[in-house]
Amino acid sequence: MKTHLGKRRFILLMSSILTIGLVLSSAGCASSPATTPTGLSGTITEAGSTSVQPLAERLADVFMQMHPKVTVTIQGGGSSVGVKSADDGTVDIGAASRELKPSEPSLVKHLLARDGIAIVTDPANAVTGLTKDEVRRIFAGEVTNWSQVGGTDAEIIVIAREEGSGTRGAFEEMVMDEDLITSNAILQLSNGAVRTTVSTTPNSIGFLSFGYLDTSVKALAVDGVEGTVENAKNGSYPIVRPLYFLTKEAPTGLGKEFIDFCLSAEGQSIVTDEGFIPVD
Amino acid sequence: MASHVVIDRTAKLVVIICASASFVVLGAIFVFTLREGMPAFQEIGLSNFLFGTEWRPGLGMFGILPMTVGSLLVTLGSMVLAIPVGIACAILLAEVASFRVRRILRPAIELLVGIPSVVYGLVGMMLIVPLVREIGGTGFSVLSASLVLMAMVLPTIISISEDSLRAVPKGYKEAALAMGATQWQMIWHVQLPAARSGIVAGIVLGMGRAIGETMAMIMVIGNAVVMPTSPLSPARTLTGNIAAEIMYAAGTHRSALFATGVVLFLLILVLNTVATFALKRGIRSQHVA
Repeated sequence: MKTHLGKRRFILLMSSILTIGLVLSSAGCASSPATTPTGLSGTITEAGSTSVQPLAERLADVFMQMHPKVTVTIQGGGSSVGVKSADDGTVDIGAASRELKPSEPSLVKHLLARDGIAIVTDPANAVTGLTKDEVRRIFAGEVTNWSQVGGTDAEIIVIAREEGSGTRGAFEEMVMDEDLITSNAILQLSNGAVRTTVSTTPNSIGFLSFGYLDTSVKALAVDGVEGTVENAKNGSYPIVRPLYFLTKEAPTGLGKEFIDFCLSAEGQSIVTDEGFIPVD
Repeated sequence: MASHVVIDRTAKLVVIICASASFVVLGAIFVFTLREGMPAFQEIGLSNFLFGTEWRPGLGMFGILPMTVGSLLVTLGSMVLAIPVGIACAILLAEVASFRVRRILRPAIELLVGIPSVVYGLVGMMLIVPLVREIGGTGFSVLSASLVLMAMVLPTIISISEDSLRAVPKGYKEAALAMGATQWQMIWHVQLPAARSGIVAGIVLGMGRAIGETMAMIMVIGNAVVMPTSPLSPARTLTGNIAAEIMYAAGTHRSALFATGVVLFLLILVLNTVATFALKRGIRSQHVA
């Protein structure tokens, strides 16, 4: 009797699992674009900028959902690696979060998105804006007191990112010219850690990718322009870096499909979701 | 052959295999780190690497002296803070506190071991760093790091010290008290010296944890590559240097980070040897006395 009951329960359980599974999978099919198989198959490889990496991974995920037979692999390495490996053909697509240098090989650039870098202080700071040159002199260690740039008499605590960070690289390139960031700067290892440190440290200054801005820190106007996505879009905000996909030749086949998808309205909405500035 | 002989031999073999496994792991780690770090030693030059004071990978400058000093200072600082507190706490638990107090305190202290280091770092960042900032500087400093490390190594020092204080034969204590020693005199002159080897072992273990700690250090020490000039100045540790940059590094830079690992490895080896030597000497002088 007991085993009989157990068996019936088992059958009941199995059939309910099957039913739920069926309902879920059909619901999944209905909502997923995979119902329209495209016939695309193959592998795309991408490598380069670590700033592009999370965005590229997200784009690749969605692209692979649409085309189940396609595999897109995304790797980091930094912008220089992206340029080099796109040029020598190690990967199909390279990624760079800066302009190409004259010394680097000429490649076909596909502007994927833009990313603004905000100059932030703790919310209590009296200073609301700085010129780009003042920012440079603060991070170079030439200006060390807020009173020198119109604030209260307090020492400036410089917060920066570690050597090798893409955000630091872009900041150095666009703001620092040939100057080095002062070695007295407190270094934090991520945008999130910089934000926490700046928000809890009075009289500190740091730089953040636009995607990380929130009310815990105050973004300064640079050269009189507020750091907003709109100002970055219309080109008035001075610290904006491009995020590029790079190919050796004009892309064809699968690579073209992926790049076209990234630049399409759907791809660009992912760009916005990830906190970057879409390309119009 | 009798079965007990077979069991005996098999047991011996199993023990030997298990013991050599740990040696193999140790050797493999060292050989691998050394192999990856070797190009850096060759390209940068041993003395430039060990005694250089500038670390700017972008400009090809790889000097780790400020970080070696940073690691040693933080470890020293945490030990200076933790040893008196730890031993005092162990004496309290072993001799002074009532059974009921001990039953609450001991598990509480042991719980400290299980807290992940990132949580220590978070508390340090939110609590210790602002407090140290009141004294001066940015708050991200050698002192903050030492304070956080103190909290992390205390449980190790306390529990091992307490166990060894308890292991002192009852006869020693009774003899001291019978000769008219006060409780404090008995603890200071009899019990502590008798428990010395165990206490030193606890300190060595704590020191190992201190110098190897990475995550909590990164969060409170500021990571600036400068030679620390005071307890309030920021610094970077050897472990923090590897963790901060390995994600981006390529070529010589990457190799230099592995070389940093080799230096860290040797530093721990030297510290442990020195501490073990001190421990052995402690036991010997105890026997003479």
